[in-house]
Amino acid sequence: MDREEGEDWEPLRARAAWADVVPIPQDDGPRPVVPIAYTDQFREVMDYFRAILAKDERSSRALELTAEVIALNSANYTVWHFRRLVLEALRSNLEEELDFIESVAENNFKNYQIWHHRRWVAQKLGVGAVSGELEFTEIVLLDDAKNYHAWSHRQWVLQELGGWEGELDFCSRLLEKDVYNNSAWNQRYFVVTKSPLIGGLQAMREHEVHYCVDAIKAAPMNESPWRYLRGLFKGDQDALAHNPLVVAACIEEIRKDASCVQALSLLVDLLCAGFRPTPSDTELLHQPVSSPADLASNVCTHLENVDAMRARYWAWRRSLLPSTTPVS
Amino acid sequence: MASSSSAAGAAAGGGVGEQRGSPSTSVSERMQKSLEDSVETLLGAFASAANQHTTSLLLELWRDEHVKYLKKGYQHLSSTYSVLDSSRPWLCYWILHSLAMLNQHYSSAVCYRSIDFLSRCQDKHGGYGGGPGQMPHLATTYAAVNALVTMGGEKALASIDREKTLQFFLRMKQPFGGFRMHDEGEIDVRGCYTAVSVAHILDIMVPELLENIPEYICSCQTYEGGIGGEPGAEAHGGYTYCGLATLALMNRVDVLDLPSLVNWVVFRQGAVEGGFQGRTNKLVDGCYSFWQGGVFSLLQRMMPELISQQEGWNGPLLAASQGFSSMSDASNCVEEVAGDETEGSVDVEKEKRTSQRPTVINQFMSTDDQLLYGPLFNAQALQGYILLCCQVLEGGLRDKPKKSADYYHTCYCLSGLTLAQDSASHRINAPPPPRAVLGPYSNLLEPVHPLCNVVLRRYYEAVRFFRHSPPVASYLG
Repeated sequence: MDREEGEDWEPLRARAAWADVVPIPQDDGPRPVVPIAYTDQFREVMDYFRAILAKDERSSRALELTAEVIALNSANYTVWHFRRLVLEALRSNLEEELDFIESVAENNFKNYQIWHHRRWVAQKLGVGAVSGELEFTEIVLLDDAKNYHAWSHRQWVLQELGGWEGELDFCSRLLEKDVYNNSAWNQRYFVVTKSPLIGGLQAMREHEVHYCVDAIKAAPMNESPWRYLRGLFKGDQDALAHNPLVVAACIEEIRKDASCVQALSLLVDLLCAGFRPTPSDTELLHQPVSSPADLASNVCTHLENVDAMRARYWAWRRSLLPSTTPVS
Repeated sequence: MASSSSAAGAAAGGGVGEQRGSPSTSVSERMQKSLEDSVETLLGAFASAANQHTTSLLLELWRDEHVKYLKKGYQHLSSTYSVLDSSRPWLCYWILHSLAMLNQHYSSAVCYRSIDFLSRCQDKHGGYGGGPGQMPHLATTYAAVNALVTMGGEKALASIDREKTLQFFLRMKQPFGGFRMHDEGEIDVRGCYTAVSVAHILDIMVPELLENIPEYICSCQTYEGGIGGEPGAEAHGGYTYCGLATLALMNRVDVLDLPSLVNWVVFRQGAVEGGFQGRTNKLVDGCYSFWQGGVFSLLQRMMPELISQQEGWNGPLLAASQGFSSMSDASNCVEEVAGDETEGSVDVEKEKRTSQRPTVINQFMSTDDQLLYGPLFNAQALQGYILLCCQVLEGGLRDKPKKSADYYHTCYCLSGLTLAQDSASHRINAPPPPRAVLGPYSNLLEPVHPLCNVVLRRYYEAVRFFRHSPPVASYLG
């Protein structure tokens, strides 16, 4: 906005090309609430835009005007919508439109409108847009690795237009840089479950469990890989509870650190899913237990202390554990 | 005494990005550490406060300053607000709703002007746009309707064209269940929530509008347990609230995997900060006090379904344990819980005695419904984060320390605060016990409806008003 609002801006009323247009002021009423103290430039550009919109003028000057409005307020969805109508009417070069989006976005990759517009353009360009779009999102993510819109756009490109080849490596690279980047973990899950080149979750499970366990070992407090690990067994709790790698990783982290909340939390879930601990496992918390339900209950009690913020949740989980006491 | 738990929360340690023996730190770790430091400074100042007077002062909600800040914005916004020129009904809602929670009344002149302005945002074919002359948009329709409901009164409510609103919603509806936010606009879970919340209040929830919504929202629940904006997207607090509230309004929460949703959302509360983050390994932000805190308020009202799913999930454990002879009695645990927290506790026994499962919507609708369960999150710590870290001395509330206040964060910090205060109530519409309110009891805000986020009293008024309006003809025809 600051960039556009320079002193060299020439008022529309002074431009010959706009001499025939009668600007339409905003219908705010006599005493509007939440009134914004628009700058003169903002007000005038909007007044001319309203005039063009009222005439439904799909011309090249209309296209230029939408660019001026967007530069002042890139969240104005009405303007973006009208711009698309104009682009279609003029059969504009959509490659140039990509450049336009980048020039607008520069410091503002957080609004829905820019990304929706980008998706529309990419859709029109088709398969040819794949590499450009992947590159574009990569650049945005380089600066803001968890940008929600950028990730959504990237997923849309992959699903609609393709480009899956390098995606798993892309995720690995980002995770190497920041293993706490949950968006990259989410993308990894997306690739593993949706990529036509990989063979699906079942085929990848063992590979991913290894990858995950390595990440856990490197940073046991990092919640992301623990959630991912559970996700690999979504809808198949039984397989989770009986996977030796998963069980071993969980037990090992608790042995290393009895206050590792993520490992303890997984242990509760493993037990609920039917994991049968060995006698040495049951002594993990240095308290004698006589059944898996007992152990689960002890782990919950322990979590109430080491994870005090979630004490109510752990107490609740504990209260729902099955009682193993014989009915008298 | 009430204050000690947030200090205890701070002492518990073990933050999201806590690092142990890692040679190099990542961006996520550095940002988390820096935020924890500034939060701990604030919480530390509180913990070391010399006497009860000082602690009470520190925990005070600065009502006058916030009211002043809100009222000023309603009359004048600087040119920097131009970027919100397509969100003016939102500005109305954020400010009016905040004032309503603070129990402020507006003059009839303000009401008149607000109704007049919002009418200028209402499209002649239905729905409200971001400003006069802008296309109708689902989000600004939600904001405008909620603003009008918050003002209340026949004039405000009657200014909404129900019939055309429904027509607009049906035009945005997609066969697979989602909604476009505007003509040719983007589709995501916000669309479902804003349409269904408004349709609920206006009593225009026709079957056609609801078709395939449960399936669509279900497809947005991720492997983490929370809900993303569209299928495949990362679990996120805003969308999780929207998805869960939509399904609660439809009485279809059964389609979700609730145990994994709860497990995801409990971990969004920062172990050090007490506030909520929107996504795993992101920084806490005051606005999620409502989006994530609101999820807990909803869950609190759907405990029968949640418990039933969680018990189903525990099934294999029962089988695995039957071979063992046990010395423990699990019912002791329940008693312990009840003993620790006599009021608003998670009373499982009581629920087990309740043979009839109330539907979710009944839990929200009836004014004298009992709340059988306390919250599953730490409501005191959340209040601590909002009061100590989000208030700005000049008025307004913010995302986190070192940021400035804005109307969006003011609205959602206060909305989260009132839900947290209310979470220990035993009855909907009854004031919470004093110890449920962190700081002086004068911090207590007006209660809000957790599904629509408008003050309760106005919610009931609007629902009564629209229930007595004639049925919408367009659907009958």
